[in-house]
Amino acid sequence: MLCDTSRLLPAGAATTLPAQPRSRGSALRCRRRELHFPGHPALPFCDFLAAQLTRPSFPPGRRVILRRGRMPPVMGGSLAGSERRARRGRCGPQAARAVGPDVAAEDAARSPKRLVQGSRRFKAAGGWALLAVVTLLSFATRFHRLDEPPHICWDETHFGKMGSYYINRTFFFDVHPPLGKMLIGLAGYLSGYDGTFLFQKPGDKYEHHSYMGMRGFCAFLGSWLIPFAYLTVLEVSKSLPAALLTAALLTFDTGCLTLSQYILLDPILMFFIMAAMLSMVKYNSCTDRPFSASWWFWLSLTGISLAGALGVKFVGLFIILQVGLNTISDLWHLFGDLSLSLVTMGKHLIARILCLIVLPLALYMAIFAVHFIVLNKSGPGDGFFSSAFQARLSGNNLHNASIPEHLAYGSVITVKNLRMASGYLHSHRHLYPEGIGARQQQVTTYLHKDYNNLWIVKKHNTNSDPLDPSLPVEFVRHGDIIRLEHKETSRNLHSHYHEAPLTRKHYQVTGYGINGTGDSNDFWRIEVVNRKFGNRIKVLRSRIRLIHLVTGCVLGSSGKVLPKWGWEQLEVTCTPYLKETLNSIWNVEDHFNPKLPNISLDVLKPSFPEILLESHMVMLRGNNGLKPKDNDFTSKPWHWPINYQGLRFSGINDTDFRVYLLGNPVVWWLNLLSIALYLLTGSFTAVALQRGVHLPAEVEDPGLSQVLLRGGGQALLGWVLHYFPFFLMGRILYFHHYFPAMLFSSMLTGILWDTLLRLCAWRLAPSSLARGIHVGGILSLLLGTAYSFYLFHPLAYGMVGPLAQNPLSPMAGLRWLESWDF
Amino acid sequence: VDELILMREEQLGILLSLLFYKMLGFLRHPLVVTADINLNVVALTGVGLLSRLWRLTYPRAVVFDEVYYGQYISFYMKRIFFLDDSGPPFGHMLLALGGYLGGFDGNFLWNRIGAEYSSNVPVWSLRLLPALAGAFLVPMAYQIVLELNFSHCAAMGAALLVLIENALITQSRLILLESVLIFFNLLSVLSYLKFSNLQKHSPFSPSWWFWLMLTGVACSCAVGIKYMGVFTYLLVLSIAAVHAWHLIGDQTLSNVCVFCHLLARTVALLIIPILTYLLFFYVHLILLYRSGPHDQIMSSAFQASLEGGLARITRGQPLEVAYGSQVTLRSVFGKPMPCWLHSHQNTYPMIYENGRGSSHQQQVTCYPFKDVNNWWIVKDPGRHQLVVGNPPRPIRHGDIVQLVHGMTTRLLNTHDVAAPLSPHSQEVSCYIDYNISMPAQNLWRLEIVNRESDTDVWKTIMSEVRFVHVNTSAILKLSGAHLPDWGFRQLEVVGEKLSRGFHESMVWNVEEHRYGKSQEQKERELELHSPTQVDISRNLSFMARFSELQWRMLTLRTDDSEHKYSSTPLEWVTLDTNIAYWLHPRTSAQIHLLGNITIWASASLAMVTYALLFFWYLLRRRRSIRDLPEDCWLRWVLAGALCCGGWAVNYLPFFMMEKTLFLYHYLPALTFQIILLPVVLQHVNDHLCRSQLQRSVFSALVVAWYSSACHVFNTLRPLTYGDTPLSPSELRALRWRDSWDILIRKY
Repeated sequence: MLCDTSRLLPAGAATTLPAQPRSRGSALRCRRRELHFPGHPALPFCDFLAAQLTRPSFPPGRRVILRRGRMPPVMGGSLAGSERRARRGRCGPQAARAVGPDVAAEDAARSPKRLVQGSRRFKAAGGWALLAVVTLLSFATRFHRLDEPPHICWDETHFGKMGSYYINRTFFFDVHPPLGKMLIGLAGYLSGYDGTFLFQKPGDKYEHHSYMGMRGFCAFLGSWLIPFAYLTVLEVSKSLPAALLTAALLTFDTGCLTLSQYILLDPILMFFIMAAMLSMVKYNSCTDRPFSASWWFWLSLTGISLAGALGVKFVGLFIILQVGLNTISDLWHLFGDLSLSLVTMGKHLIARILCLIVLPLALYMAIFAVHFIVLNKSGPGDGFFSSAFQARLSGNNLHNASIPEHLAYGSVITVKNLRMASGYLHSHRHLYPEGIGARQQQVTTYLHKDYNNLWIVKKHNTNSDPLDPSLPVEFVRHGDIIRLEHKETSRNLHSHYHEAPLTRKHYQVTGYGINGTGDSNDFWRIEVVNRKFGNRIKVLRSRIRLIHLVTGCVLGSSGKVLPKWGWEQLEVTCTPYLKETLNSIWNVEDHFNPKLPNISLDVLKPSFPEILLESHMVMLRGNNGLKPKDNDFTSKPWHWPINYQGLRFSGINDTDFRVYLLGNPVVWWLNLLSIALYLLTGSFTAVALQRGVHLPAEVEDPGLSQVLLRGGGQALLGWVLHYFPFFLMGRILYFHHYFPAMLFSSMLTGILWDTLLRLCAWRLAPSSLARGIHVGGILSLLLGTAYSFYLFHPLAYGMVGPLAQNPLSPMAGLRWLESWDF
Repeated sequence: VDELILMREEQLGILLSLLFYKMLGFLRHPLVVTADINLNVVALTGVGLLSRLWRLTYPRAVVFDEVYYGQYISFYMKRIFFLDDSGPPFGHMLLALGGYLGGFDGNFLWNRIGAEYSSNVPVWSLRLLPALAGAFLVPMAYQIVLELNFSHCAAMGAALLVLIENALITQSRLILLESVLIFFNLLSVLSYLKFSNLQKHSPFSPSWWFWLMLTGVACSCAVGIKYMGVFTYLLVLSIAAVHAWHLIGDQTLSNVCVFCHLLARTVALLIIPILTYLLFFYVHLILLYRSGPHDQIMSSAFQASLEGGLARITRGQPLEVAYGSQVTLRSVFGKPMPCWLHSHQNTYPMIYENGRGSSHQQQVTCYPFKDVNNWWIVKDPGRHQLVVGNPPRPIRHGDIVQLVHGMTTRLLNTHDVAAPLSPHSQEVSCYIDYNISMPAQNLWRLEIVNRESDTDVWKTIMSEVRFVHVNTSAILKLSGAHLPDWGFRQLEVVGEKLSRGFHESMVWNVEEHRYGKSQEQKERELELHSPTQVDISRNLSFMARFSELQWRMLTLRTDDSEHKYSSTPLEWVTLDTNIAYWLHPRTSAQIHLLGNITIWASASLAMVTYALLFFWYLLRRRRSIRDLPEDCWLRWVLAGALCCGGWAVNYLPFFMMEKTLFLYHYLPALTFQIILLPVVLQHVNDHLCRSQLQRSVFSALVVAWYSSACHVFNTLRPLTYGDTPLSPSELRALRWRDSWDILIRKY
């Protein structure tokens, strides 16, 4: 509905367009000017034209006219056109008064041509200067007191540590894709950090280690958010005050500031999100010159930024969704344009597929390729991955290893659950506590390598030593009945009709027997998934199931963490449900048998797509595993927009250096108000348009309703996409997850208030009060946010001294909500 | 000025009368009902009833989830309060209505699938309502296709497909809720279609109003049975919103007229459903007024509003807590289980298992059972008295108190010693003076969390309070961890120093309360052992009870238990799974939830065909090539939006659910799919078959296909009705898929 603009553009608009080829110079000048200083009303006609040209999509009717060019050569030839001109003549200067921050522009509009050109250059320079000021201010605020506190703050302990892993090239596991940490590592490496700092826990002093490079890098990327937001708003609203307001909201938000100052993934993520947004908007405004250099540039830049966003965190998917929706609606409009041939349409489609799908995907995979090439040493993340994967890591016992290929009786093995991140079958000299099943030895799965993971494969009916050299080698085959003896404790893997400790419907698995002598509950049938009976069992490659002979249940890991008595290892059960799930499938990993010849494991090395797939499965599971514990103070998504609760970055007591991540309440509550107001005005306008009400010329002419519906709609969509999915997530959530959405809502605020104030001003026109209202309104908003920043800046830059309850504290009286804790 | 006001009032009056005139204009004429009877509908209803009601009382034993719904029916019959998180109460109430009509007294132990019903259980009337709902699906499918403006043949096709769908039959013949849910889903769709077809010719007519209101009521009934109904409601709402949006754009209508239309829709589709939903809870709470086994989950105030249980204990307690009051303090959070602040003679072990040390003072825990050790006495730190003065001095927000453990007379204390299981928090103990450098720190500031501005007195049951430690500003909190054996597996209570805002685990309320009278320890112990009694009843308002009940229902977490017959959504579309509902105790007669596989496969195929055709037409229309006439296209789009939409909203959400899922969850989605099937067939016949010959061939194929569906129905019929014992070889022959679990007895 919103895209159906044909009704909005009266015939007069069409008449102005054919002038383009004739007075080419002026049109181009208009456009060039518009790039830096759009929406300026100095030449209302040019401005209007520019606004029309850069609108994201053309209604089909107008494009036809443009092509065929059968309209009168001079604008305003028709009756409708002349009416329009007359009206515009009336409202132009008002518009200028309302918008223009400098009066010179208005004068220039009426003065001879030379002067016009001069002032245009002057304004272009002014535009650049403003951008420079905005950028400088942003950098200044972000880099101010960047080195404080000189100790680890909050999640720096994770991401700094992971940066160090890259420098040391040790393999680790994290739930996020690697780009962000790789960049942190790179920044650290380039700035002379040697990767030796341990990043153990928040509060540890950095001392002589160089950490400023990493923090500086994050602050550098975080600083770009503000110019990006500024340019994006400028592009969609063509209004300088709106852009300035957005920039001010973000510059003076303590939350954005805090989040940009530490070694975190968020500034990197937000950088890419905003870059994608900016380049998308820029490329939308190139619609009138498809396949030009700038069109290609912005399109591919969008793709690159998308890859970046997704490469840092999976939250990047939301901006991909936004760009995708935008692209679909864009293509839909092109497709409905009957003047475009299907071939051209195909070109458009292919261009987008190339730049927005193929390019990001290639980059994304390249990121992972680099990640796997860089991290080639065994490290803390090994156990999360499959045996084949570990064979790539130097230092891992599977690296360059050679082991016997087929399982035989007497072999000493480790058995790994196939479910990702589930671990090895494990037992130890501890019994199940009283009241939990039978009081026998515990059997668990354990993620790390350990002597207690070793099991001996034995025949079920004889206890003779199969390693006796006089006996022939006997291979284990599919369907054989075996016994697994725990090597360290000489107890057999055992199950019986007792309920498992956590999963009550499953049977308990224990270690039972003395020196390998147990009972018939120790017998397991070994089966290979999807194989025929009688086949040998291959190490690593065979997917095996162990079926308990007496009860008929299947050995599996439930994936639940045992309490303290089980050393927080994972529960092993025997499930009576015979469904084939990864929980109940195992493979043999280490294999020792002196009687068998070893083969090299190099044949197992997984291909790159397999590694990629596996690491994604592991990350996904890791993300799902981040469940809040029952009694944790978890942040709920509804807390976020109302700025209900902050996050403590550093320090608790009044003697500590305290940093508290909390949004500037003035900015955040203004944003919240703006969303409500926007929904109100937006739906009001949309209904009016749908009813066919003729909006007053002051609203219709500069396209205010369009700015409101389109530009505001884009920002609102961004906010919705970056906020609401969190309600559906089961994982643990933190306050900082809201910040990408907050960027979008600040853009919405900028656009909305500018539009509203303009409307107010025009209502009161032509009195001189009108312009005053607009300028005054914007200025007071700017100053208000700046002042609130002055009040709240200690949250971000750190504070020492009494807590806010204490009247002596610098923050006294500023604890507006009970739930804030500074 | 007066004139202006008068004019205003006049205008308002005119506007109101105009609205009235527009919206309720039909009241000026007599209401006339003319009935014309479509014999097809009658016949379809007849066969529907026959297929669903035939031998309804067989088997006379508990079948599958009847064991689950049955216990709630018994609770209703006995008027005992219960809490079930699986859905709002309307569905349970409907089932209970069946029991009420059959004169069920609720005396049956629902504990085992397959247990024989005793003679007092009116099986027929219990199963009647779901069966009726299932039977009416047949004529309703007919009506829906007809209202979508497709042909009579297509409508018959839809009804006949619903008639022979084995899974729908099985599910409606038992005390289960799916068939009722599907009934209300289809009813809401049908009545909306009726309404929107009336929109063109006779807006604001009686039948227009009737169908509009029925839409709203049916939607809320669907939601009232299972939360899944919300998705169908949203679908109907969004289709109504699109239609309303077109209405706004219709410039032939006056503004007042559009406003009237929007107002009517808002009332019928938003306000009426909310009111109906509240009504369900109202009736539910009126019906269940006795306390029962689920009381403990609810707050003290809620429990006190039930007859028996806590209400019997707390009846007539003094309202305001005063210095000297004897109280039990219940944790408001109630997780992992509801419990009371507790202490006992035993002390914290000197050294914990991990080597840390403790204060070795008396343990303070949270105990999930009522016990004399749960009693505390609120003491004024300035005085030595442990009795209530005359007059009692009530305690207010911000007052400093000491809490004395009734049985041991030790004072609640916390200090800078790590708690046993949460080392970041402070240990809470009852202070024992060992004469070492560890002074008593037993002053607590009382903070009433839910105080209103004027009355900040600490009240029994109603006030939710926090205890803030004066010396360390730690807050008394239930950490939720279970203490090891030395703490008798009771719950740990700590002093939380890093209070990050408000959390329910820090909030306590007084449950039992009496004014202490005896100063002597011995007498006091006796006093504590004797029950409290005085007599006034305090009632919560309905909205308070409703919101608490609804909130608990939504947040109650039951352990997701694995089930032998649970399945994943992906298995449903291809019918890779079944559920064995019941097995005859001696013979091999058995009931399975098993679909008519021909219908399942062709319904999915039809939907794919629909989607492909739809996108093909859509793209071509965008290029201004119109294959279908305009009205035909609109009809096609509406049918797709309702049926594909209905399928999607009833199916896709399951992918995001974490609870245990079963095949029967797919049935609402399947019903929508089945209705789409004849629509697609008719479309293919009308628009894709070019020549008469092609049409004849196509019709022949359709007939052949339908007879094969009938054949499948007939083959699976023994498993649907469970009335014929089958030999092992016959059973093996019915196992068409390896993944089907058909029970074969070993002799």
